[in-house]
Amino acid sequence: MSQQAVTANRLRDGQVVYLAANNGWSDRLADAAVADDADAAKALLATAEGDVDRRVVVGPYLFDVAVETGAVRPLGQRETIRASGPSIQPDTGDRAVRR
Amino acid sequence: MYRYDEFDHGFVRQRVAQFRGQVARRLDGALTEDEFKPLRLMNGLYLQLHAYMLRVAIPYGTLSARQMRRLADIARRYDKGFGHFTTRQNIQYNWIRLEDAPDILADLADVEMHAIQTSGNCIRNVTADQFAGVAADEIEDPRVYAEIIRQWSTLHPEFSFLPRKFKIAITGAPRDRAAVRAHDIGLRMHWNADGEAGFEIMVGGGLGRTPVIGKTIRAFLPKQDLLSYLEAILRVYNQLGRRDNIHKARIKILVNQVGAETFADMVEAEWREIRGGALDLPADEIARIESYFAPPDYERLDAASPAFEAQRRSDPAFAQWVRSNVVAHKRPGYAIANISLKPAGGVPGDASAEQMEVVADLAERYGFGEIRVAHEQNLVLPDVRLSDLHALWQELRTAGLATANIGLLTDIIACPGLDYCNLANARSIPIAQRIGQRFDDLARLHDIGRLTLNISGCINACAHHHVGNIGILGVNKKGVEYYQVTLGGNADENAALGDLVGPAFSGEEIADAVETIVDTYLEQRDRGEQFLDTYRRVGLQPFKEKLYAAH
Ligand code: SF4
Repeated sequence: MSQQAVTANRLRDGQVVYLAANNGWSDRLADAAVADDADAAKALLATAEGDVDRRVVVGPYLFDVAVETGAVRPLGQRETIRASGPSIQPDTGDRAVRR
Repeated sequence: MYRYDEFDHGFVRQRVAQFRGQVARRLDGALTEDEFKPLRLMNGLYLQLHAYMLRVAIPYGTLSARQMRRLADIARRYDKGFGHFTTRQNIQYNWIRLEDAPDILADLADVEMHAIQTSGNCIRNVTADQFAGVAADEIEDPRVYAEIIRQWSTLHPEFSFLPRKFKIAITGAPRDRAAVRAHDIGLRMHWNADGEAGFEIMVGGGLGRTPVIGKTIRAFLPKQDLLSYLEAILRVYNQLGRRDNIHKARIKILVNQVGAETFADMVEAEWREIRGGALDLPADEIARIESYFAPPDYERLDAASPAFEAQRRSDPAFAQWVRSNVVAHKRPGYAIANISLKPAGGVPGDASAEQMEVVADLAERYGFGEIRVAHEQNLVLPDVRLSDLHALWQELRTAGLATANIGLLTDIIACPGLDYCNLANARSIPIAQRIGQRFDDLARLHDIGRLTLNISGCINACAHHHVGNIGILGVNKKGVEYYQVTLGGNADENAALGDLVGPAFSGEEIADAVETIVDTYLEQRDRGEQFLDTYRRVGLQPFKEKLYAAH
């Protein structure tokens, strides 16, 4: 089994977030808590589900990652795009960072 | 254009207030996500890959300059400064905060807009020919009937929970610019033998997993019977459509299962029960709606403009733009000007807030303040004097909106794909950009001629890839993006589904594959042929041979 992390969208603004080691949520994949086995993954998801009830996030799920030289990297294309934003090149408008 | 009456205003305001309450209850915990999701979807708010996405209806693709300015304002205030025009003549905002959504809907309501009927298993926002009311080949303005259908279908209590979503498209001209045969119901106006205008009724069209070209179930329907006949179709579907299997729930499956003739019989039987009743459209009601779409105060102009002819002769770049982007208008001395949202290497259908404002401004100065959205993800100024075209073109050029490629290879229809969409298997936009850059040579594009290219990021086919002359479908093979290619699809009055050419191409190979297809066509084409003519004559084989020669 590959390593896994938990992602969701923040309820208020829809922002992609990751469950961090301190059980908080971060918008940076680098902060994501990584589970090395199925039990740890299950525990992460359970924590995340609690935050659904607390109205912090919606739709949490596990996804596969690899940790290379200390950096967390998603294994699939979808999560890569979720983590780093649309892969659209070159940016045609004023769409870098909002507000 | 249509103006809200008291009822419309009150109704839309009420919906905004309801949604504001629903969002507040979601945020304070009175509603769970499961309870809230259908409510937000009824207001066009989806949760996508990166954020909430708001889909705003642009009924039958008609917008005023004032509405376009408001769309720009929303893009700037609540999003990242741009919006995406879709193949359903809607606009989507990709980076919306749930907290802001009620304010956005209130801002939209100020300009008589909303996000109702952009989601869910209801009759969706009706789409129409983008040249409605101005096309030289038109019989009648289809927006009159699109508006009548809108009023009938909005929150229709019987049809708010259909087996699946339901899309209606309408054209008032023999040339089909609204892809009506790719819709659950397609309506085409024409004259019968007595010279009376009415509708040909097509049902069961649709793309997606099971692509089907709509079948005619009634050759001619008088105008006053439009709503009762539509109601009869919807009743038959509502009763017999498959609710047990989401992949079999669209009306096309039902029509295929029972056969178009039997389906027509069932509709006629139902119709006999209700025709001539409350849904009958009296001539004065049609006339009342028609008055909203009364033509603007056109000037009496000569059919030809010597100034325009001289500009066309002296300015080849302008002449090229006229050739691809300007279309005949039904009034002498006027023209329809298409604004391409497909600059080379750009994102198909995206417009920045600044561009939206430029278009609003130009519409006011050159075209009675009216704008259209085409299902090809472009914009249209429908009423421009021939003598103003050159000045308009220069201003469009300054704003990066004068790409002379309407109907040509780089006028690519592309869905948001895996860059934004939660359902996607593969990316669409970067593929469109790559192909756009590859063919960034207007002389070459014009030589290639009319050629439609559509790219969908999954089998849902939002970009109508089955009916593109070249269709590209993104698939996922063991976690890697691949692209299937079909050839020979067609979305107009001779609608056809494309033929699969062979094994899929990788993201790296796909632009080369398109170039090979184009080169093969150029080698094979006879004088005066467009891509589709050549394809129909020579078939798939020569393309297959070239594409897979190295394999
Ligand atoms: S075709 Fe698929 S990927 Fe593209 S917008 Fe539609 S659902 Fe999303």
